[in-house]
Amino acid sequence: MSKSASEIVQSERFKALVKKRWQVSIILTILLFVIYYGFIFTVAYGKTFLSEKIGVYTNYGIVFGVMTIILSWALTVVYVLWANNIYDKEVDELKKELK
Amino acid sequence: MQTSLGQVNASSVFFFLVFITLTLFITYWAAKRTKTTSQYYAAGRSITGFQNGLALSGDYMSAASFLGIAGMVSLKGYDGMIYATGWLVGWPALMFLLAEPVRNLGKYTFADVVAYRLKQKPIRLAAAIGGILVLLTYTIGQMVGAGNLIKLMFGLPYEVAELFVGAVMLMYVLFGGMIATTWVQIIKAVLLLGGVTALMLIGLSHFSFNPGELYGAIQTKYTVTMLNPGGLVTNPIDAFSLGLALMLGLLGLPHILMRFYTVPDAKAARKSVIWATTFIGYFYCIIPIVGFTAAALLGQDIIKKIDAGGNMAAPLLAEFIGGTPFMGFIAAVAFATILAVVAGLTLAAASAMAHDLFVNVFKGGHADEKEQVKVARISTIIFGVAAILLGIAFKGQNVAYMVGLTFSIACSGNFPALLLSIIWKRFTTQGAVWAIVVGSVSATLCIILSPTVWVDVFKNPQPIFPLRNPAVVSMTLAFIVAIVFSLLTPDKEAEAKFEEEKIRMYLGVGAE
Repeated sequence: MSKSASEIVQSERFKALVKKRWQVSIILTILLFVIYYGFIFTVAYGKTFLSEKIGVYTNYGIVFGVMTIILSWALTVVYVLWANNIYDKEVDELKKELK
Repeated sequence: MQTSLGQVNASSVFFFLVFITLTLFITYWAAKRTKTTSQYYAAGRSITGFQNGLALSGDYMSAASFLGIAGMVSLKGYDGMIYATGWLVGWPALMFLLAEPVRNLGKYTFADVVAYRLKQKPIRLAAAIGGILVLLTYTIGQMVGAGNLIKLMFGLPYEVAELFVGAVMLMYVLFGGMIATTWVQIIKAVLLLGGVTALMLIGLSHFSFNPGELYGAIQTKYTVTMLNPGGLVTNPIDAFSLGLALMLGLLGLPHILMRFYTVPDAKAARKSVIWATTFIGYFYCIIPIVGFTAAALLGQDIIKKIDAGGNMAAPLLAEFIGGTPFMGFIAAVAFATILAVVAGLTLAAASAMAHDLFVNVFKGGHADEKEQVKVARISTIIFGVAAILLGIAFKGQNVAYMVGLTFSIACSGNFPALLLSIIWKRFTTQGAVWAIVVGSVSATLCIILSPTVWVDVFKNPQPIFPLRNPAVVSMTLAFIVAIVFSLLTPDKEAEAKFEEEKIRMYLGVGAE
């Protein structure tokens, strides 16, 4: 069942993998924009809200700032988990089919 | 408070000598392993994902991030923290959009990727110029910062500091190539992360390790406004544009993209980015605490007395909580930070000049290994000397806009061409060349005419271009030009090659 490079590229399985890869990338990029700009526009339009205290002295602004960094990092982790567990397996399978 | 900052003191000289000795020893070791172009530009692709993650952090976290953001938080409070978040968000985007395709398609530079299925000469020429423009503006900012910081910390004259930084950095890159540069960046990243962690922990120990108590001290000492958002984000379009430049500019920085070729494959490239994101995210989370601690323990008057911009907040805090030895250590870390970043920039510029321009444009891709390495070394010297001269030429200038300019050119000139070459089948040579030219030129012109330069530097009463950050305009323009020119000049050959390159891009088959 060995195929040439162009047969692999034309195969449904390869096309589905490429499509899936960019779907995951685009969804994660959109989430990244929502998180970062969500924070920036809350700073621009919600100054009073961000100044409200969540602890004795800590306010929402500080928590949101740190959360922006942590959530952006978490998206990267999601991508790596997806790539390691799903993408790489498909890549290995497809490579096995290659002559 | 009496400070020994700005004088040569035994402990800073000691830490500094330890660092120089260690890194030069590594350079000597690396030089023996640097014979081929693959070793010179890409460390023989022998760096692991974890090591590259540290080196990427060392390449990216500049003295401006470390001293500048700590200082900004200590004087402006919460607004400094908003600024800090922007420096991380490019990394996830780099992972989602470019890291793996760039690794699989290229060899030494990002121009390899753009030129892969298009006409070599025009693309290489445009990409090399776009790349060198980004590296030059970044280098000027770093070198001017280096001269000022070293003068403040060690009391050395500005010109001596420039010569010294240039000479040491040249030793690393010239003799040790990418192997030495990588290890200098790794050591710097470990020192910087360790130093800042120690500053934060010892600082917080004055507040029973409770950040809330620290914020309380700030609120009592300076009123609550220090903890609330102030005037940083006033114009939403400008804020949007700055965000684009910070986020997508990273994806067009040649010295960062080049690091992906030092690892063996796309999986290791992925690992590099997750580690880099982890270290850099951690750094930007804790650096505001250092700034707040400096404001609470030292007071803004002392920080401003040494440097009106607040850049000495972190070293001053180190002296206050750990005495002269700790300050000496932090000063040496700041120095290592500058060296590592400038070394990365110089190596990337050398690869653009030697690999893209000399080998692929002037020699049409035909040059033997020995000649290539020789030209790479000559290019390193040219760029290194240029860095020193430009650093001296810009003495006393306000170069705060340089970082903004760098990221704007990177996201308008390099990023659109790079992204489209990876995702768009009908992208053509004309489209790529014009995208790079129009993106770079429009970003540069807009910055010159913007409030940042036209008003703040040239002292004109009114800006001609209204935004401080042109990315939203210049990047959009670059994408439009890329699409229009590509559609006007259809290239069947490039479309066919796009299908062929997929096996390499997505499966890594045939990757270098």
